[in-house]
Amino acid sequence: MTLLLGIFEEGLIYAIVALGVYITYKILDFPDLSVDSTFPMGAALTASAILAGQNPALALFLSFLAGAGAGCVTGLIHVKLKVRDLLSGIIVMTGLYSLNLRFAGGRANVPIFNQETIFENPAVDRLIPANLRPFTVVLILLLIVLACKFLLDLYLNTRSGFLLRAVGDNETLVTSLAKDKGTVKIAGLAIANGFAALAGSIYCQHKGFFEISAGTGTIVMGLASVIIGIQVFCPDHRPYLFRLRNRTFSLRPTAAVVAGSVIYKACISLAISLGLEANDLKLITSALFLIILVISGQRRKKVKRHA
Amino acid sequence: MLRLKDVSKYYHGGTVNEMCLFRDFNLTVDEGQFVSVVGSNGSGKTSMLNIICGSIPVDSGAVYIGKECITHMPEFKRQRRIGRVYQDPAMGTCPHMTILENMAMADNKGKSFNLRPGINRRRIQTYQQMLAALGLGLEDKLHVKAGVLSGGQRQAMALLMAAMTPIDFLILDEHTAALDPKTADTIMELTGKLVREKNLTTIMVTHNLRYAVEYGHRLVMMHQGSIVLDLSGSEKEAVRIQDLLDKFNAISIECGN
Repeated sequence: MTLLLGIFEEGLIYAIVALGVYITYKILDFPDLSVDSTFPMGAALTASAILAGQNPALALFLSFLAGAGAGCVTGLIHVKLKVRDLLSGIIVMTGLYSLNLRFAGGRANVPIFNQETIFENPAVDRLIPANLRPFTVVLILLLIVLACKFLLDLYLNTRSGFLLRAVGDNETLVTSLAKDKGTVKIAGLAIANGFAALAGSIYCQHKGFFEISAGTGTIVMGLASVIIGIQVFCPDHRPYLFRLRNRTFSLRPTAAVVAGSVIYKACISLAISLGLEANDLKLITSALFLIILVISGQRRKKVKRHA
Repeated sequence: MLRLKDVSKYYHGGTVNEMCLFRDFNLTVDEGQFVSVVGSNGSGKTSMLNIICGSIPVDSGAVYIGKECITHMPEFKRQRRIGRVYQDPAMGTCPHMTILENMAMADNKGKSFNLRPGINRRRIQTYQQMLAALGLGLEDKLHVKAGVLSGGQRQAMALLMAAMTPIDFLILDEHTAALDPKTADTIMELTGKLVREKNLTTIMVTHNLRYAVEYGHRLVMMHQGSIVLDLSGSEKEAVRIQDLLDKFNAISIECGN
């Protein structure tokens, strides 16, 4: 039971990163490494804000904005200074490492135990009945993730969201529509990194500490979640997920990546429960990602061969 | 009115491979005129369109729309007044977005892409009518992704989308070259109809001499960055494909081919 809850807790936190990575990787086709540092940036800012006595919900909001700012920087480096996409992300990722240490008051590890967080505060104690206590964290996370998912869905169906989808699909068309494709890319990166920092903030409040190395591998986890989610729930070759009594059911990509994130965390937990050590975590993370990439690559080929 | 004034364009400037494409190139296209441009590969047809649209910069000279100089205006800003259809049918639509979403985006050109809903439901019927006029059955496929359409269907949509909002110019860059002969004919008929209905100023680059002869008010033949033949009015009416072929051969012989 604890294991299952743990999977959902971690999975839902990283689902928010996955929503961001979905924007950069799937919609913009931009491999954005800056999430590796915007995630701990959210955590660092949150730790400082909470220790300074700020409202934990405000810390979420603040982290999102700061992440969006960092995303803008990545975008500006890529668009205005014409640096390649991967390198723009690496530049921001590396630079932010030092800034994150500053945000955290010069320390690589900041505990915020016994402070009020979004998971532990009087309002939560009042609203959630005693028998649901063990599920508090999952419930709150579910609420936040669903809110993010629906807001993103809404956004992607606005005119501005159409343009975002168009820029990854066909840049030329965006120019033809008399819009600057660079600005659209910057906006997309801002939203994506906002999500990553928001997830970092939640992670910090959940774990009860900030740690500078928390961000390592964020992009891998995000990408893995996106690829699993899309491959399993939104296959290219089928317009629907399953058919039941002549009705077809499908999952939106945003819902798929959330599910993908939970599945990915479950796979990692499985690997650890099979006897691997916690120290092997990053190795498992990347090995699993490689396996997913290879499997999904093969599938794509197969579809083409049949077409 | 569109005017290219003393435009010069070099490729690989400053290297041993420096090549001068245009030297003091001039072209004026009047309001409402439909110009067909023909010429061999490397004669500068597409470069000329790219200079007009701002896809490539000029080394000297100026581009005017009416009295306004747009030489240094960025490409995306010029596009507000220009509709462009490319040779590759994939360039005109977003493959992962539905036909309806593509139409709605084109309809919003020139306006703000803000946080209002992407699709204006009251416009759907209008889109359907526009698509029905193409005669390709697209009006019943509003929720189909544009990527699954055939090249001809996509090019027809691209044409429709390029001219959906009021534009000053329609730029056609060999837009039938990637299609089979029958589809190319259909697209060309649609083009003719659209240009007539909206009275669009049009520049069409084509390798199809028949289209160049049949359509448009003016015919321009380019060779090595300059205009070698410029026919309009009764001269254009009288010209035959054979005349153009003869001219082509004459140029080639001059080159030593």
